[in-house]
Amino acid sequence: MYATSYHRASSVEDAVKLKSANEEGKYLSGGMTLISTMKQRLAAPSDLIDLRHIPAIRGIRIEGRKVTIGAATPHADVAASRELAAICPAICKLAGHIGDPHVRHMGTIGGSIANNDPAADYPAGLLGLGATIVTDRRSISADDFFTGLFETALEEGEMVTSVTFEAPEKAGYAKFNNPASRFAMTGVFVASTAGGVRAAVTGAGSSGVFRHPGFEQALASNWSPDALNNVAVDPSNLMSDLHANAEYRANLVKVMAKRAVASAG
Amino acid sequence: MTKVTLTVNGRTMSGECEDRTLLVHFIREKLGLTGTHVGCDTTQCGACVIHMDGHSVKSCSILAVQASGSTITTIEGLAGQGELHPVQAAFKEHHGLQCGFCTPGMVMTAVDLIGREGGKLTEETVRAGLEGNICRCTGYHNIVKAILAADAEMAGGRQAAE
Repeated sequence: MYATSYHRASSVEDAVKLKSANEEGKYLSGGMTLISTMKQRLAAPSDLIDLRHIPAIRGIRIEGRKVTIGAATPHADVAASRELAAICPAICKLAGHIGDPHVRHMGTIGGSIANNDPAADYPAGLLGLGATIVTDRRSISADDFFTGLFETALEEGEMVTSVTFEAPEKAGYAKFNNPASRFAMTGVFVASTAGGVRAAVTGAGSSGVFRHPGFEQALASNWSPDALNNVAVDPSNLMSDLHANAEYRANLVKVMAKRAVASAG
Repeated sequence: MTKVTLTVNGRTMSGECEDRTLLVHFIREKLGLTGTHVGCDTTQCGACVIHMDGHSVKSCSILAVQASGSTITTIEGLAGQGELHPVQAAFKEHHGLQCGFCTPGMVMTAVDLIGREGGKLTEETVRAGLEGNICRCTGYHNIVKAILAADAEMAGGRQAAE
């Protein structure tokens, strides 16, 4: 790892100030991607601004059907939240299958979505739920937030502070994980929300997470796995890599979508 | 150099290190606690698992400075006065190790798992709980057996205490 300077932020304002004072620096949340990347010398931020010790951005708040998850909330807390499981078990299940137990104790929702790994789970969950991403300066809908491979709508120095969403009527998530990395080779999150049916696919798209309008239309008229039987999945915008080619992923997308619907009940 | 202070196995310990120093190296090289192992360098093997503020974490993927101020338990902190922790005893009893390199991480993971889901573990949940730990001797079968036995033993102990 190249040399770096560590700063521990005590508040959101403090973090943003530290970031603007250190242009080549990076925000550090759980570090489950960033530290590994730095160990391989694939990233070399001059400074790290640690966000794990800001109490205001940690924890899960539920008011009626409205869920707010602080950006520095670890996956394990989301997975284990009984209050959240009572109204949106799919997001708990999603969080409970990220990485492994040790990763879930450190990795955070804010870090995951700010990184926007094309095979990460949370982007599918938040896009599928139609969530809103709250930052230190504005609110961004999930539809506008995830813009490409490891790309988001975040501006330089902008920091995710929480995510919010309305608990859906029902939702489900299914992923086919890479047995070595446990990242999604394909994962599909489906939700029946007040704003309509949404289906988001991760791990497969060559531009990262995406919605599948064909699935959404089919499920809107008939919420059942069989409704997806005749919906085509176009492999032309899907990834091909050593784990799976685009045609294989196209098939996985449909299979995972059906399993996600089945799990939602 | 930055001063890092940790409570390790009940004792306050300090040391100076670079900001880029990984927690596992700090624990092994500055504190001299070499029971925590480095097996892979790619965050996959789990040989470096310790407990930080009561949760299992991979100490190879955390900077020592990130951990400063926290409470750490390493494999050296499990056994009581000359007596093995029930999970350690179960690993011994059920031959839950072959070469032993992954064992500190396996044991720390098992203690965390029993702490979270103790008393209701099954073979399936134990195997899921070991997702982040690799044993190159492929000794999983006896590791799972040992963890289930330790869970039963500790659940029995809890009941007896109540």
